[in-house]
Amino acid sequence: MARSNQIWRPDVQSDIEQSLIGVASSALELAKQQGTNWADVSISQEQGRSVTVRNREVETIEHNRDKNIGVTVYFGHRSGSASSTDFSSEAIRSCINSACNIARFTEEDPFNGLADIEYLATEFPDLDLNRPWPIPVDRMIEVATNCETVAMDSDSRITNTEGATVSSHNGISMLANSHGFFGLSRGSRHSIGCSMIAGAGENMHRDYWYDCKRHADDLIPSDEIGLEAARRTVQRLGARKVKTGEYPVIYDSGVSSSLISHLISAISGSSLYRKASFLLDHKGQRIFPHGTNIYEQPRLPRALGSAVFDNEGVATQPNRIVCDGVLESYLLNSYSARKLGMQTTGNAGGVHNLTLDSTYADDSGASGTLEQMISDMGRGIVVSELIGFGVNTVTGDYSRGAFGFWVENGEIQYPVQEFTIAGNLKEMFKAMAAVGSDVDQRKNIRAGSILIENLTVAGE
Amino acid sequence: MSDQLQTAMQLLLEPTGLGDHDLTRTINQAMGPKIDYADLYFQHSRRESWSLDEGTVKSGSYSIDQGVGIRAVSGEKTGFAYSDEIILPALTSAADTAKAIARSGNNENVIKIQPQTQALTRLYEPFNPSVSMRDEDKVALLQEIEQTARAIDSRITQVMVSLAGLHDVVMVVRSDGLLAADVRPLVRMNVHVIVEHNGRLEQGSGGGGGRYDYGYFTENNRAHGYAEEAVRQALVSLESREAPAGEMVVVLGPGWPGILLHEAIGHGLEGDFNRKGTSAFSGRIGEKVASELCTVVDDGTIENRRGSLSIDDEGTPGQDTVLIENGILTGYMQDNLNARLMGMAPTGNGRRESYAHLPMPRMTNTYMHAGNHDPGEIIASVDKGLYAVNFGGGQVDITSGKFVFSASEAYMIEKGRVTYPVKGATLIGNGPEVLTRVSMVGNDMALDSGVGVCGKEGQSVPVGVGQPTMRIDRLTVGGVSV
Repeated sequence: MARSNQIWRPDVQSDIEQSLIGVASSALELAKQQGTNWADVSISQEQGRSVTVRNREVETIEHNRDKNIGVTVYFGHRSGSASSTDFSSEAIRSCINSACNIARFTEEDPFNGLADIEYLATEFPDLDLNRPWPIPVDRMIEVATNCETVAMDSDSRITNTEGATVSSHNGISMLANSHGFFGLSRGSRHSIGCSMIAGAGENMHRDYWYDCKRHADDLIPSDEIGLEAARRTVQRLGARKVKTGEYPVIYDSGVSSSLISHLISAISGSSLYRKASFLLDHKGQRIFPHGTNIYEQPRLPRALGSAVFDNEGVATQPNRIVCDGVLESYLLNSYSARKLGMQTTGNAGGVHNLTLDSTYADDSGASGTLEQMISDMGRGIVVSELIGFGVNTVTGDYSRGAFGFWVENGEIQYPVQEFTIAGNLKEMFKAMAAVGSDVDQRKNIRAGSILIENLTVAGE
Repeated sequence: MSDQLQTAMQLLLEPTGLGDHDLTRTINQAMGPKIDYADLYFQHSRRESWSLDEGTVKSGSYSIDQGVGIRAVSGEKTGFAYSDEIILPALTSAADTAKAIARSGNNENVIKIQPQTQALTRLYEPFNPSVSMRDEDKVALLQEIEQTARAIDSRITQVMVSLAGLHDVVMVVRSDGLLAADVRPLVRMNVHVIVEHNGRLEQGSGGGGGRYDYGYFTENNRAHGYAEEAVRQALVSLESREAPAGEMVVVLGPGWPGILLHEAIGHGLEGDFNRKGTSAFSGRIGEKVASELCTVVDDGTIENRRGSLSIDDEGTPGQDTVLIENGILTGYMQDNLNARLMGMAPTGNGRRESYAHLPMPRMTNTYMHAGNHDPGEIIASVDKGLYAVNFGGGQVDITSGKFVFSASEAYMIEKGRVTYPVKGATLIGNGPEVLTRVSMVGNDMALDSGVGVCGKEGQSVPVGVGQPTMRIDRLTVGGVSV
């Protein structure tokens, strides 16, 4: 049965939708009785299961069932928030009281308030984001067992396992505010993952692979996930150190999105109005090479990052963030937009399917695969995993631990480990010489592998 | 009945009319012939936070989260279900769901619950931080700290101050009959500043806390100290030059740089990874993994510390566990499941983020005992190297042992003297190797100020770290200057 994912004061709903609308309406009414000028309520309810198999035996079966209600109230431009896991009318009353109590002590901030009415979503197309997976626990165990068994049997160098996990979750959330906005969204998320261990002693390595989709039908088969987990793990055997120096570095598509996430932090409203960003006042300036395009596709059917409205109820839109290397838009919510004298971009709560275009022409000779990029690079490093948090959004200074591969003569020679890669993000963005077409579809940030021309690598 | 247990029963059971007999019934329900162990974990958490930004206290929030998690363990298998409603039908249903892991029948040996009667060692008072200070005073405190910070230097452009408090009441019912509870307060304050000079932006932060009420911050002007520290760090950063890249001598300052121990050693010594043989430290008890100058412990019994626990989340009393003694690996950190499967004793390290998460072995307060060297002597011994005194986060790959931790305040040491500050950089090393290169340990052991959060498999728990000044003869520093 087809059902709309989001509805605007809908006429027909399921029992659960009815009950959430009831809870939200009564919370808004209570807030009004307390003398608040505005209020918003967000309610979520989620359920799911997760099964982990290790050494072909069930290790854990977890059953999840979570719910939460959060309210924000405004006395003029003073606000307070509260949340609770209890939906009883007594608990909701106490939640509103707590929020009001806090709002009595916070200070007036003229930029504080709900999203302006004209930006709120008024149409709610079905993006096909919710497809519960009616899979019994026994079948989940079979899928996980198969995934792990294929991985363990695929290569004699696999010596141990961290197991395989199959999980399935789906939920419903509702956002309502005193402007009359009622938005409902449903979503599901299913995943299969596998983590293997190869080698022993000082040459012991772990790696993993997974897939995560809105629809279970779209998941990569469990055998393929197992094989890929095993392949990635044995690939790390015999890892060496790197000589300290400056090299070109390719971030493979498993880690390249992290670079774009640093861009997101730097152009987010809260960093900008606090003047805490290395990209302060860079709107309209070239921050990437010519030909670089980054944009949002918030309403892609079935995509993990899709949403019709943001956390304030603002309609999402296909924002163009970077166009031909020039920063065209910041990422704002209503508050930061008002602070900066701009308009909200519908990014309260984050980005929705942010996409970085490949710089390789689509149908021409260059394919833009990782192999192609390695061949073009000639000599340098491919990074396949990053660890640590050495990123300073205020200065752009960047220094992180990495694992990967040494490239010589356009081919991978051997795995490398225990090194750092460092630079300044502002310069790194400008040195982004190539973007592959090998997009990792599992992520909310959709980017192929990225080549940065010159980074400092510290090793031995 | 202990005070803590009395508080827990009042808060968790009385509102819904549940009593001892319902606990007995539920734990019996969760057990069965094929179940080795079961437990119920009740929790009631109240948190609040206040934050100041651009001179005004713009927002505050308050939340209540409560529920019960039920677990049944059969061999290496665990079944787990939870409910955010503490009512009998939810308890019964969760118990049935959890025990389905072993397709087990009904329990024949009836469990009798033994309420914990002995008073627990009081590591902290059962404060409810949010009522320990009037709301207007919380707002005033934030404003006062903001003004303190701003008054220090005209180059400050932004000051952000936050205050947070948690009142966490937990109660454990185990299939061996134990019924125990704990009331855990936790407070934290943070100051973050941005400075600008000649177009250059830098930041600094200070903060702390522990298992106290908010009075902790006003005592001895502590909160003012956080503001001064944040500004000091930011101003040092304004003077910093590019950090070096490559292997060199590294001297770590006392206190928070103990994050080294947490990443390089601590995680690798958690029981779960060692039972499964997936840690670089697996099977190495009794071996030399550090220089003889190193004795490292995980101590959950330090009064009022952020990572301390009267009992862990499985009811085991917190303890001081020696992990490395004079360089020899002596022990792992255990929860009940892994201790049982490895034939070892639990060490009070069974922790969980909440009732909705499964417990696993986690650290509490991990630190290195003091040595004999004067810190000045340690710096004087270095011809060329890095002196790192403040850090951001860290991370480790348990299996390969490779770990990182990122310095946020560091200086060059040249010819035995600290010369100039350098920009932040990540340090990378190999866990089983790094402590073998420790050649000097200071007499200035210090614990961190109480800001640590540890993440593992998606679960966050508060932790502490500490260490004296320490010289590591060789470690890779990830700066940009070759």
